Amino acid sequence: MARLLRDYPTESKLLAVLALLFVGLSMASPSFLGLVNLTSLLNNSAVNVIWAVGLLVVLIAGGIDISFAVAASVIQYGVAYALEPLGGGNWAVGFALAIVLGVALGWINATLVHAFRIITIVATIATFNAFFGLLMWLSAGRGIYSLPSWWSQRTLIWEHQTADGTWAELNLAVGVMLLCMAATWVLIRHTTIGRQLYAFGDNPEGARRLGIRPGAMWFIAFGWMGAMAGIAGLVQVNITREVVPNALYGRELDVLAAVVLGGARLGGGRGSVIGCLLGVLLMAVTQNGLNLLGVSPYAFKMVVGAIILVAISTSNVELVRGRPRRART
Amino acid sequence: MTVPSLGPRGRIGPEVLGLLGFLLLVVLVFGVAAPRFLTAANFGSIAFQLPELGLLTLAMLIPLISGGINLAIVYTANLSGLTLAWVLNSYGGVDAGPGAFVMGSILALGVGSLVGLIEGLVIAFSGAHPILVSLAMMIFVRGLGEYLTRGGDISGFPAFVEPIGHGLVAGIPVPLLIFGAAALAWHVLLSHTRHGFAVSMIGSNAEAARYSGLHVRRTLVLIYALSGLMCAVAGILMLSRFNSVRVGHGEALLLVTVLACFLGGVDPFGGFGRVGPVVLALVILQVLSSGLNLLGANQHLSTAIWGLFLIAVMILRTLAARWRGRSNRKEI
Repeated sequence: MARLLRDYPTESKLLAVLALLFVGLSMASPSFLGLVNLTSLLNNSAVNVIWAVGLLVVLIAGGIDISFAVAASVIQYGVAYALEPLGGGNWAVGFALAIVLGVALGWINATLVHAFRIITIVATIATFNAFFGLLMWLSAGRGIYSLPSWWSQRTLIWEHQTADGTWAELNLAVGVMLLCMAATWVLIRHTTIGRQLYAFGDNPEGARRLGIRPGAMWFIAFGWMGAMAGIAGLVQVNITREVVPNALYGRELDVLAAVVLGGARLGGGRGSVIGCLLGVLLMAVTQNGLNLLGVSPYAFKMVVGAIILVAISTSNVELVRGRPRRART
Repeated sequence: MTVPSLGPRGRIGPEVLGLLGFLLLVVLVFGVAAPRFLTAANFGSIAFQLPELGLLTLAMLIPLISGGINLAIVYTANLSGLTLAWVLNSYGGVDAGPGAFVMGSILALGVGSLVGLIEGLVIAFSGAHPILVSLAMMIFVRGLGEYLTRGGDISGFPAFVEPIGHGLVAGIPVPLLIFGAAALAWHVLLSHTRHGFAVSMIGSNAEAARYSGLHVRRTLVLIYALSGLMCAVAGILMLSRFNSVRVGHGEALLLVTVLACFLGGVDPFGGFGRVGPVVLALVILQVLSSGLNLLGANQHLSTAIWGLFLIAVMILRTLAARWRGRSNRKEI
């Protein structure tokens, strides 16, 4: 336990806050701890968590990505158009297409960062504008509503009828989320590549002198981010049953806030999969709780913003005394 | 990751010359391609459109030079505009007098500065990264604005507000005059005051600045308060340009302001950046967008082109730095 607190200080604090929130909300609102509410919380957070673990890998490597949410929209269109000549396809084809397209878009960022030495925030803000502008222009703002049935049909992985007759269910996105979390955890904790990513993010020059190739690190990190963006885009369509060009615009900053809240450091070298989950859940549980307490939906964002502000103004206080670092984002 | 070239830091320097060259090229291309491009009407509309983006870009500039960022600028501007709209409405809306406008504007400037001040305090005393702090502030301010307006817009202002956004003084659009004054103030602040020097030093190396006796925390708080102040100016201008206030007006400009700063040669790592080249970059972006507009393209294609243009400029800068590095080595 002590070791856990020492190695994962942010994650532990976040877990404590989340636990307090759970206890408080379950006392204030009887329906909060119900199976129906908890499963819908997971369903609503799944897409953000998938993006979060992708972004985590880029953050660990010392970069940042602003373009992933609009990249996911581009991928949705790409998959929808590619499926037509393929005769509709199925989930396997869909995932393959989404991952290939996602990695390709991610590698555009990696190329700019590595080959042309453009720093990640500049490169991804530029690609963010390019992706979104081109998508809106080419699609003329029109959505796609006639999708193959496998894609738009509600796909559940688990359902259960509660005592009062309502159904608690988990949709496909939650299953995919768990797989993505597991895959990312294996990548960053249990492979040499993962350890190299941490080393590279913590000290790029030192890592380079140890024989780690910076180019490989960037292509792996942005490739992984791209694949996760594609997967999240694919399952997001399964929830909303439509492809709309600006549906995901603006989500990138919410996800970024959640990941950093979860202990990933802007500047590289630190962050964990569980922190991503906790960060996304903290924001989702807060909104859900406010909703159950009957607070006006217009106030949700305000409270979420205030909570993050308070969280950073209090939780980072000890870190100031540590070795001062210059962020390399 | 290696530090990219910081660009020359001469008094004028190839930075400005390169951008002027780009501007000339863009004007020539559109002048040939679009017959209505080289007309007074077109440049008039550019002069009216530039200041909104320009003022927000100035608000982004100082935090960027200090090695930080302020992602809350657009919503801070919205909230300041809301303050003014609220004062005007509580003094009779359309019938409100100039006194109410002056008081509302002062309150709006106060609200903008206060938002920035809080941001600066959190950044200075928690040590958290400015991206995270300003992101949280952005979510909070947007939420606050949406809560106060219930997502709707506020309109119904007295007639004398309109010339601020649409009027001409001696043939020059009023918004452009406001932007010119603001840019000049920012230039003097950054190049000729102790505060401006402190901002650059903190951006270069905050730790070294602290050991050199600079009051880092006070400077940081001031940086974000000034950024908030400039957001309020932008918010007041946006109120009179649109003749209404809505939370979310201009939200697409957020990342464009960062793009304009980087295009204008601000070092992404902080420490270097000047007002002149950034203004030039803004003019280029606006000219690009209006030229494309005349050719029948829409705003989205302009957005895409802005992004691609930034990529092209950054690639050219990298290649130029490499080439310079090689020729320098030969000389030795």
